Amino acid sequence: MPTVTIDGVSVEVEAGTTILNAARKIGGDLVPPAMCYYSKLKGSGGKCRVCLVEISKGSAGNPNPMPKLQASCCTPIADGMEVKNMTSAKVQDMRKGVVEFLLINHPLDCPICDQAGECDLQNLGFEYGVAKTRYEEERRTFDKIDIGDKIQLHMTRCILCYRCTYVADQLTDKRVHGIMNRGDAAEISTYIQNAVENEMSGNMIDVCPVGALTDKTFRFKSRVWFLKPFDAHRDCSKCCGKVTVWTFGKEIYRVTARKDVYHEVESNEDGTPAYICNECRFEKKDVNDWKIEGPRKFEKFSVINQGNYTRKMQRVEIDTDPRLLFGRTEDRKAISMNGTNFDIPEKKLSDGK
Amino acid sequence: MATDIKSMSLSGRKIDVSEKEMTFKEKMYVFAIAKGMGITLRHFFKPKVTIMYPEQKREFSPVYRGRHILMRDENGAERCTACGLCALACPAEAITMTSAERKKGEENLYREEKYASVYEINMLRCIFCGLCEEACPKEAIFLTEDMVSSDFKREGFIYGKDKLVMPLEDKIH
Repeated sequence: MPTVTIDGVSVEVEAGTTILNAARKIGGDLVPPAMCYYSKLKGSGGKCRVCLVEISKGSAGNPNPMPKLQASCCTPIADGMEVKNMTSAKVQDMRKGVVEFLLINHPLDCPICDQAGECDLQNLGFEYGVAKTRYEEERRTFDKIDIGDKIQLHMTRCILCYRCTYVADQLTDKRVHGIMNRGDAAEISTYIQNAVENEMSGNMIDVCPVGALTDKTFRFKSRVWFLKPFDAHRDCSKCCGKVTVWTFGKEIYRVTARKDVYHEVESNEDGTPAYICNECRFEKKDVNDWKIEGPRKFEKFSVINQGNYTRKMQRVEIDTDPRLLFGRTEDRKAISMNGTNFDIPEKKLSDGK
Repeated sequence: MATDIKSMSLSGRKIDVSEKEMTFKEKMYVFAIAKGMGITLRHFFKPKVTIMYPEQKREFSPVYRGRHILMRDENGAERCTACGLCALACPAEAITMTSAERKKGEENLYREEKYASVYEINMLRCIFCGLCEEACPKEAIFLTEDMVSSDFKREGFIYGKDKLVMPLEDKIH
């Protein structure tokens, strides 16, 4: 099997694997970010340009570097290839520029947007973006169109990653929406005012890396970091029924598919992606509909971890004279702790220096 | 150096009480009373430290942080969009809110398409640190120089939008 080296880490992968997937096999910080590539959707990738990497050695046979940065999501690896991602200053500089381009027409209405807190573009902007915009012109605007009572479309937030059209193509039998027009006038539309109401159409909400497609039943209900996510499942005839429910108290505010570290839908045991149907997503908002498995974990930097008390707390040891913590016997007896056996010394007071 | 806990002095000001018997002169207390009266008399001629609130008010520091206000913009629309960042930043978890979507015809009331239909600050929990003010991306919440007034009931300290939103006549032109 061919071997590829990414940021100095070698990995053996099958021939024909893309650089991005080889990097994901290693995992960690060296994985290039991806806004348009979605491993579970055929044909996705190659549009957003944030995954560009430097190829410093083409292959074992042809050790010349590639003259331009290559999109790692659609460049297959070659044996002996050396790739630089985080270690390349060129890539870092380029990515900063690409993020700035993606943000040119983005309205930056994160305080209003329901995707805030779990948005790929927000994470990317936080990591690479400059704090101030240099764009002075008018941002593009669109006529608002209604694409149904379950899905809300905000065309101004769209970065044209095409993921949702692939969902419609590959998951639903009759696609009713797509990208209209070209260039900066390109937009997601249903052409003839037509509601998107296929049984699996809700997955385009999960697939959207920004807040362009959001859940209308969750619209402005709460912010994601105030909700507690739990893994849950139910018997569903149309889909796998494995979801994450986002609760506030005993109320389920929204239901999404389970997402992995790359914010893609997780796979089932048989390898198929665990997409969920619209009935599970939009209609089952009662706790009794679901069997709750346990709290869902998120990556360390995620704002969703706010107020998360599921982690085991470390017992804090106070480094001081143990007699100060222990106190005098008469004082301890004066505190109203009836039934406390003071004869047993506390555990951590081993050596009284 | 392990000393007995009973002989230890944490403050360093521990003195042993002597059990010396008082003399006859001391037992009469005449001189002690005169000395005490003298101290009282001396205070008659000292400047008064009492401030006659509310007629007289103590000057606040320029960075004083008192009760909150939810600002309106130059058109009188509420600036707050219920983004929840103030509640996220709040270390005392004193802020709660519910958001709602702006309807057609309410553009003069709310600045953005989302607004806070309920916005509550529990003034008993609030520690007036000003982190909400710092977190706000819309310049909507500020801490004023006013103090939180006293109340007889705990419920009176949960300030809703009726108490927090800036009165319309105060809007900045």
